[in-house]
Amino acid sequence: MFEKLKKLLGFGSKPKIKENPKIKENPKVEAKPNEARKEESQQGVEKVAEKPRLGYFHLSGCTGEIMSLSENYDILAEILTNMVDVVYGQTLVDVWWDDENPMPEMDLALVEGSVCLQDEHSLKELYELRKKAKLVCAFGSCAKNGCFTRFCRGGQQAQPKHESFVPISDLVKVDLTLPGCPASPEIIAKSVVALINGDMDYLQPMMDLATCSLNCGCDLQTIVVNKALCTGCGTCAMACPTRALTMNQGRPECNKNRCVKCGSCSIHCPRTWFPEDRIKQDLGL
Amino acid sequence: MVLGTYKDAICARATDKSIQKVSQDGGIVTALLSYALDEKIIEGAVVAGPTEEMFKPEPLVALTSDEIISAAGTKYTFSPNVWALKLAVRQYGLEKVGTVAIPCQLMGIRKMQSYPFSTRFLADKIKFVVGIFCMENFPYASLETFINEKMHSSMDMTLKMDIGKGKFWAYTDEEELSIPLKETHGYEQAGCNICKDYTAELSDVSTGSVGAPDGWSTVLSRTENGKSIFDKAVEAGLIETKPMDSVKPGLGILEKLSDGKKTKAVDEIKKRVEMGLPVPF
Repeated sequence: MFEKLKKLLGFGSKPKIKENPKIKENPKVEAKPNEARKEESQQGVEKVAEKPRLGYFHLSGCTGEIMSLSENYDILAEILTNMVDVVYGQTLVDVWWDDENPMPEMDLALVEGSVCLQDEHSLKELYELRKKAKLVCAFGSCAKNGCFTRFCRGGQQAQPKHESFVPISDLVKVDLTLPGCPASPEIIAKSVVALINGDMDYLQPMMDLATCSLNCGCDLQTIVVNKALCTGCGTCAMACPTRALTMNQGRPECNKNRCVKCGSCSIHCPRTWFPEDRIKQDLGL
Repeated sequence: MVLGTYKDAICARATDKSIQKVSQDGGIVTALLSYALDEKIIEGAVVAGPTEEMFKPEPLVALTSDEIISAAGTKYTFSPNVWALKLAVRQYGLEKVGTVAIPCQLMGIRKMQSYPFSTRFLADKIKFVVGIFCMENFPYASLETFINEKMHSSMDMTLKMDIGKGKFWAYTDEEELSIPLKETHGYEQAGCNICKDYTAELSDVSTGSVGAPDGWSTVLSRTENGKSIFDKAVEAGLIETKPMDSVKPGLGILEKLSDGKKTKAVDEIKKRVEMGLPVPF
């Protein structure tokens, strides 16, 4: 199935990515104190466009996003070795930040999970990554709008005080988002490729949605049905990952006991925003 | 372009008598989906299947031609087929799915294919979408109003509903009932009023009665994939065709209706924007 995706995304038509020996440095090097890096980054500007430097941050999320990312089996090796430079991330590259190893500069920080206001480490990491990253992406619905962590109310082990989990845009400026619970492997691949190709048109909706912290199943009623927009097409119910949404008499009906507040319904609804030009381009129409 | 981008416009109907008997017009949707199924272009199709209540369809994942034929005929109310695409892929385990969709449903499907945010491994499994021309869609209660109150008939007695020649028709065993189309205005769902797409411009192939003689359909082949499937179905003898310019009333009326829908939508959008309401188009 990825053959088609690869073709769609233009994989294989970019041999020039490989002729870039300079960036084959060990990512760990980046994590060490390195005063000389500032000068280097000047010359590296051109290459950045070809091979973005990526950081992966895991706050309060279920690891669904990184699993989804790694589900791009066929293209993952290509992405990680030749298309992006992962300079930060515990799982992907075994690099993290402490007092001896300052956080590296990066083009894009992917942040998974909401942030817990009582967790000083998460707060520190979030504020620091905002300083080091050119773009911050709320990766997955927890980071974007809180999603499932919106139900948290503390009083549990391992730390009963951890009770307030908020979207990262409540605390720092967020540039773009990849919502979903989890964000699908395909949207991750498509977005990474768009970023590499500098295709900002494709990423525009992700930027527009960056600070949207609404979007649970109940919001569908107020932002679509109550606004005379719903046509009963069923796209919201298709997008719902928990089958909280069903269609009744041509309108979505949300079972609040199942809804995880991921907002997939509102994101997918063709009446909340509609990328007509991109669709026609993709279809060749 | 008033009819969207298309490669071919042609007048066509299914040759199979069992399809002709039950189809709304030319039976193109039924014939194309059955053909795609038989040729293993798709493994199943999501269609607006029958339920115990007449004209109250529900999405059906059809795995045989018989099931597809059971869904033939237009129902003028909701069947959220897009919803069942996930059912077809996840529960039925289909790798290649086809469906029939009205313009708003196509917008949902195509948006999901271009931006598959939370639909893991679904977008690429949708292999063939037949679009149907659509001016508007009615809540079921509106249909009851037409049939029960305005025509003094009943849903149970109604065998077929149709819109054409300026009228809304309901056929029973004994009678042909109708009301002027004007009387249905105001009963369509409000969401339709901002829709600018009459001819399912984002489909692989779109079809509908307008422009073609009785018992035939107008077919617009749009994508490479759609044209290829339609052409092969014609070659296989499942669909017969006539050149569009040889039939009455022809493409002109389709263009007129399509243009009319666009103009009305633009007016409504303007009105809503003035009221400060959100409009995605």
